Amino acid sequence: MRPKRYAMTMDTKKCVGCSACVIACKNENQVPLNHYRDWIEQELSGDYPHLFMEIRSQRCNHCSDPPCVGICPTGASWKTKDGIVLVDKKKCIGCKACIAACPYDARYVHPQGYVDKCTFCIHRLKSGLTPACVEICPTASLVFGDINDPNSEISKVLNAREYFVNHVETGCKPNLYFLK
Amino acid sequence: MAKFTRRDFIKISGGAALGVAGAGMLSHWAWPQSGVIPDPGTTPDRIVPSYCGLCFWNCGILVHVKDDRIIKLTGNPHHPLSNGKLCPRGTGGTGLVYDPDRLKKPMIRKEERSRQVFREVEWDEALDYTAEKMLAIKKKYGPEAFALLTHGSGGAWLRQLITSYGTANIGVPSYALCKGPVETGFFLTYGANPPEVENTDMRNARCITLIGTHLGENMHNTQVQDFSQAIGNGAALIVVDPRYSVAASKARYWLPIKPGTDTALLLAWMNVIIEEQLYDADYVGKYTTGFDELKKHVADKNPEWAYTRTSIKPELIRETARLMAAFEPSSFIHCGRRTTWYGDDTQRLRAIAMLNALLGAWGRKGGYYLPAQMDLPGYPYLKKSDYKPKPPVDQPKNTAYPFAEAILATGLRDASIPGSAAYDIHGWMVYGTNPLSSFTQPQKTYAALQHLDFIVSVANLPIEIAGWSDVVLPECTYLERYDDLNSPPFRVPFAALRQPAIAPMYDSKPAWWIAKQLSTRLGLEEYFPWQDAEDYLRVRVKNAALDWDSLKKNGVIVGETQPIYIEDGIVPTFDTPSKKIELYSAQLKAAGFDPMPEFKPVEEPPEGMFRLLSGRAPVHSFGMTTNNRLLGDCYAENEVWLNDKVCEELGIKDKQQVVLVNTEGARSHPVKVKKTRRIRPDCVFLVHGFGSRQRKMEFAFNKGASDTVQMNKDTTDPLIGSKALNVNFVKIEQEV
Repeated sequence: MRPKRYAMTMDTKKCVGCSACVIACKNENQVPLNHYRDWIEQELSGDYPHLFMEIRSQRCNHCSDPPCVGICPTGASWKTKDGIVLVDKKKCIGCKACIAACPYDARYVHPQGYVDKCTFCIHRLKSGLTPACVEICPTASLVFGDINDPNSEISKVLNAREYFVNHVETGCKPNLYFLK
Repeated sequence: MAKFTRRDFIKISGGAALGVAGAGMLSHWAWPQSGVIPDPGTTPDRIVPSYCGLCFWNCGILVHVKDDRIIKLTGNPHHPLSNGKLCPRGTGGTGLVYDPDRLKKPMIRKEERSRQVFREVEWDEALDYTAEKMLAIKKKYGPEAFALLTHGSGGAWLRQLITSYGTANIGVPSYALCKGPVETGFFLTYGANPPEVENTDMRNARCITLIGTHLGENMHNTQVQDFSQAIGNGAALIVVDPRYSVAASKARYWLPIKPGTDTALLLAWMNVIIEEQLYDADYVGKYTTGFDELKKHVADKNPEWAYTRTSIKPELIRETARLMAAFEPSSFIHCGRRTTWYGDDTQRLRAIAMLNALLGAWGRKGGYYLPAQMDLPGYPYLKKSDYKPKPPVDQPKNTAYPFAEAILATGLRDASIPGSAAYDIHGWMVYGTNPLSSFTQPQKTYAALQHLDFIVSVANLPIEIAGWSDVVLPECTYLERYDDLNSPPFRVPFAALRQPAIAPMYDSKPAWWIAKQLSTRLGLEEYFPWQDAEDYLRVRVKNAALDWDSLKKNGVIVGETQPIYIEDGIVPTFDTPSKKIELYSAQLKAAGFDPMPEFKPVEEPPEGMFRLLSGRAPVHSFGMTTNNRLLGDCYAENEVWLNDKVCEELGIKDKQQVVLVNTEGARSHPVKVKKTRRIRPDCVFLVHGFGSRQRKMEFAFNKGASDTVQMNKDTTDPLIGSKALNVNFVKIEQEV
């Protein structure tokens, strides 16, 4: 069987930027105040009154070639065989090399001294649950799953819709896909 | 735990350096593939279903509890209002339960009312004192001199108390300050009005028109779920708003209308739809009356006429009218919710209701469904008071608002200023609302507070009104208590339970307990025959032939699906005088009002000033959540939206602190400017609910600016007495 490759799609058309994903993540993962594993971006273009705005729910892109893992001097940053990039907080010395290497600004230093980031809620996956942000999203803008499985919902979405990724130029092969 | 050596360290760093240099080339490089799987430890040991209390929408929630601490909140998948999803506010309810500023003990005022000096007391003393004061008012002035201002589910218990005490002066602020025009505007037209959970059939709509309704920033869960689903399905969206709202960013047409001219646009749309014969002729012929009068009425109100008023180009008015008509009857104009804007609002909502009728939308799939509701008998109270209270005193002397369908909370406030109304109000009980933030004309609210003999607040948090109260009773939050069943009209009938997930924290108590305790002290125990809320609820559930255990276990019982569209065979009935949809309203004419809406120009902002508009941020329920630190993590303070070109003319930078000063000289707290292309140059926008002046709300205190402070003008809808919110003008003062 092919290994899994976990990924997420984010529908920029349907998302209203309400931040339910952010709040759900903060509760689920006990993210301290003033720190974020996911966040909302609004990008405005055009001139009044011909405006265009794209809304994105952002988080770790769980890259297939993650620069944060390569740069980690202690092996604290690692990647599961299913493609989820994690930080082993006991190995992390808080040097912030990974923060500098991440093109997505997806990592932060936890007040307890280690670097923290989105885990795709790996602790929920074994019970068949989706990440907390996906579960809560009132606009159903987030789809999570295995893109190596052609029958998964995420594979179907990626087949049906046009999409883009952020910072394609870095070559780190991100796994957060934005639907147009 | 895997060990690592210095040798590994070098190897890993070297790999990374190469990886960065030759990005993508090293796909076979072996990343560390083992480590500890992180687990934040938030798997609950029990899950309690209930319904949310962070806004009136009352979504079904699952409360996840671990070691008697609420760790997270999710949507109940069985509940038709949530479908397993929640909005950010509901998700962040933990921030309310564990708010360190919560009221912890009953308090009685120690010094005069302008100073916030209290002593903490036991419940017995607080309740005895409250009852003594209430009985004194009853004896001296009669029970009508006492009023209840209430908002939210728990208020039902206090309503029972205050009704049996003998007064009809019970005001819910939302009629006068939010949805009165929708309720009455639609009622005058259809003999029915959109219920609490609006009956727009958005999920099936093919064209949606929003006028000022900023869905997405206004986060009523089911509604936004449907909105996104419609967008996903490719529904066309027309958004009329002086501000480029989130909804506008999804729209095919954004019409940045000049504030105050919506009725002109609506009349011009009707003009196009009638002139070009785009209306649903069959529906109009069958169900409406007054079409010929309407045709005549709008004949001269063409898009060119509207352009000079609204600033919307004639061809855009025509295109959008044709677009909405192309999809009829699965095309509707949203009724909106907070519609008290300019003082002529019931007539504007009449125009919206009438345009919907031309599209054949009321009662149709993709328009407005005809809601179903569970047959749920009320509690069988046997004892009814013989006392007939004097009529409510919410309308001023010598003025009548003949079409008001609910008691005007602002009118009760006015009647608390001596001599303003037929008789004076001398005491308030305030539940779930903060009149200092929600009522326009704050100067009148302060005047009332100076004159009242007694004020008692029942609240979770030390909101501003609590600081002005003589007694403060700490209520436990919605996650720590039972409340009455929730069974609103909706697309499927259901009944939902609110039940405690944890025991009340500190010395807080549920509203039902407070009401029952006060009833015995007021000699009204006969009106409270139940032992406790669970006993009360069990009786109601049993009388409705529902299963208590199943309701407790699932949090909701969903009834049989019923037809909700005319297409399903429903024969619509209209509870108007003519029993038809009234495009022409003879009853309005008879009462001396325009039988069909007229466009009436509103006052323009003076030179150098801007019209103040306000609305919502998605993570807040106005002032109810601004002290919630978890929600504050996404939006802690409001900013004043100002057009970017205006900023440049005035030399104002983005994020610069400014002060807003209105025509009466009222000054705001310092507030940061949001320099943006997303708003017209003639108005500014604030998210409502910020600028708290209550020090005991430590997080919200002094954050952002209050729009209420600027709402001095008293512009009143002549039909229903609601208060206009968008009639105040401010200038921007740059701080030195």
